Amino acid sequence: MGFIAVMRWGWRQLTSMRTALILLMLLGVASIPGSLFPQRNQNPQKVDQYFVSDPTLAHWMDRLKLFNVYASPWFSAIYVLLFISLIGCVLPRTIDHMKAIGKKPPLTPKNLDRMEGFRVLTQNNDVALQSAKIWFKKNHFRVRIEGNSISAEKGYARETGNLLFHLSLVLILVGVALGSLFGSKGEAIVNMGERFVNTPTSYDTLSFGKFQGQGSLVPFELTVTNFAAKYNALTSMPEDYTLTTSVANPVGSAAKSVVIKVNKPLKYGNTKIYLQANGYSPVVLIRDKSGAVTFHGPVIFLPQDANLSSIGAIKVPDMSPQVGFIASFLPTAKSSKTEGVFSSYPEVLNPELVISAWQGNLGLDSGNPQSVYELNTSQMKKIGLRGLKLGDTYDFGVGSITFEGWKSWVNLQIVDDPGKMYALFGAIFAILGLLISLFTRQRRIWVKVGTRVEIAGLAKNGVPGLNEELDDLQRKVEQG
Amino acid sequence: MNSVQLASFSNQAIYAALFVFAIAFFAHAAEVAWSVKNIEGSKTTTFDFTKTERAGRIGTAMMVLGFLIVVIAVAARGLSAHRVPWGNMYEFSITGALTLCAAYLFSLAKWKLRWLGLPVSFFTLLTLGTAIVVLYRPSEQLVPALKSPWLAVHVSAAIISGGVFLVANLVAATYLWMEVVEKKAERPAWAKRIPSLESLDQLSYRLIAFVFPLWTFAVIAGAIWAESAWGKYWNWDPKETWAFITWVAYAAYLHARVTVGWRGRRAAWLCIFAGSTFLFNYIYVNIWGTGLHTYSGL
Repeated sequence: MGFIAVMRWGWRQLTSMRTALILLMLLGVASIPGSLFPQRNQNPQKVDQYFVSDPTLAHWMDRLKLFNVYASPWFSAIYVLLFISLIGCVLPRTIDHMKAIGKKPPLTPKNLDRMEGFRVLTQNNDVALQSAKIWFKKNHFRVRIEGNSISAEKGYARETGNLLFHLSLVLILVGVALGSLFGSKGEAIVNMGERFVNTPTSYDTLSFGKFQGQGSLVPFELTVTNFAAKYNALTSMPEDYTLTTSVANPVGSAAKSVVIKVNKPLKYGNTKIYLQANGYSPVVLIRDKSGAVTFHGPVIFLPQDANLSSIGAIKVPDMSPQVGFIASFLPTAKSSKTEGVFSSYPEVLNPELVISAWQGNLGLDSGNPQSVYELNTSQMKKIGLRGLKLGDTYDFGVGSITFEGWKSWVNLQIVDDPGKMYALFGAIFAILGLLISLFTRQRRIWVKVGTRVEIAGLAKNGVPGLNEELDDLQRKVEQG
Repeated sequence: MNSVQLASFSNQAIYAALFVFAIAFFAHAAEVAWSVKNIEGSKTTTFDFTKTERAGRIGTAMMVLGFLIVVIAVAARGLSAHRVPWGNMYEFSITGALTLCAAYLFSLAKWKLRWLGLPVSFFTLLTLGTAIVVLYRPSEQLVPALKSPWLAVHVSAAIISGGVFLVANLVAATYLWMEVVEKKAERPAWAKRIPSLESLDQLSYRLIAFVFPLWTFAVIAGAIWAESAWGKYWNWDPKETWAFITWVAYAAYLHARVTVGWRGRRAAWLCIFAGSTFLFNYIYVNIWGTGLHTYSGL
């Protein structure tokens, strides 16, 4: 076999329906591990736990991309092959179907007695063909009359729907691909009262699709003017989040007030701005020994539980030696003998800031990136621990810290997905095609007149109802 | 009635329904059990259903009554929280039991499937019982992510699909059982009222062909909702992943039947496999899974 022959053979194999089906099943099977093992983009902490508890196993799992299944080469390989196979399978069928639209039904078979619902009419009726033809026309069959027989067919829409469904799946895949190649997705935490300008540097995390440029972000600015959260007094479950913002697009244009809620993102074309999470930033004032202010402002803390107990780090590089704090903010502090101090409600009713003060080198100049929420205490020593109520000041020897208040923060997720409309239309057409193909019955019916009148039919996929139809036709022909 | 009264009324209605379905279950069991007749002098057993017709009718009446009570319970639960009653796994389960009964009663009216009454009453009892004992949560407001008109659309489509999938599974299981029975000898008398193998095969196919577009719609409606609540229409969240696997499995079933021509045993096994991916999603992912769909309240 020459090269071309091998390629041809390969293409035929790939585009056969059997291969497409196997690939579809394979895609289903391949998506299972992603639901059983934690995924890096969904639950990075759990992935880290795997690395702590069994590093060798975790390392191998990582090499097999089990922590990142849906972006892995093997998963992509399956869906790219499925995509090609689907196109190769459906396109030729679509062309055949288009050609068949204008065509007549196939000729009447020689032996009707082998077909379904075969029946012979007792009387020989001269006008049998004529009355059958009227019946067929009335019931919207395609009719082919050849000599003394009629071949009729109905239900071409079945294949139309079938093809529409499969082409729509291709459209969905196109939408998914466009979204991942030309989209962007980022997150930013913004304190109440602060302004967010949509440029790459404003984000905490931001990722672009392969073919998406940095300059493609919508040039809006957004100021958080108010954030209100409502909780269930008994269960602490959130009931409502309302974020009020003042937005301007482009930057500098007239600002208007916009409310963003969990199910109501702000929209600019393909870009949407979502309210994704919220928490608290305690406001602290730190002075050195001389009384000069070395830090003043809100510090973002990360919530740890449903009652929004939050932890964070306060770093003061401008003191010598440097000072840092590991702190937890409790919106409604409560203490018990067994659990110590904890938060009993997510709203701020009785705020407390529990801090431990550290002195030494913050390690900010080492060049290694550091989390703003954690304090690297490897070169520091603990100099004190204190619980602060609102307004309290703690003098830790080399300076003092005052717990002045708190602000809410919101996590904004900003997503640009230019492919989602294609995916949506694909989905709508897919359902439409599915309904047409599953609820259309395709069948052929033949009438033959010779020494006697014969009627028979053939229903595709054995769908029921053919016999009733043949009964009706028989009655019509017998009545003449 | 205020919210608290409505919620407690709903709970009492569920207990009442459990009682009624228990009667339905025993009536259907009695219908089979009391029709056993031993012919003197011979070892063969025959079944005389003429005498137990009344038990069967009582069973059906209790199924209808139980169904109506669950309708009231679900409605009261929804009214107590001022929303559709699908906010957590308890509510999802009682509504699921409701659609299972509805799918059965519909099939009963259309295809005379009273023989299914026994397993259906059993599964309804099981679902309602687990719901009120294990999954129960007090009636409360929804978390912000669930506050959307899509809750009604997406979850109802998923629940109805689930109910029909379960009925299709029962029919397919009956097919496999009857096949084993028929292999040994002619069907014994008690199995005579169960439809022929061919009709069972057709019935499970028709149920699935009917509900597959609805399931597709449930997945798509979920994607549209996810796009407005979570920022992406598809997140490969465990529940989404398993919904997709269920979809693939039923797509394979339809292809196997329509294009490859699978019938009978193989098709029945594939049907049961596809149905179990749905159950796996409902039980495993709701209770032990993590991800964005963590609304079970457990």
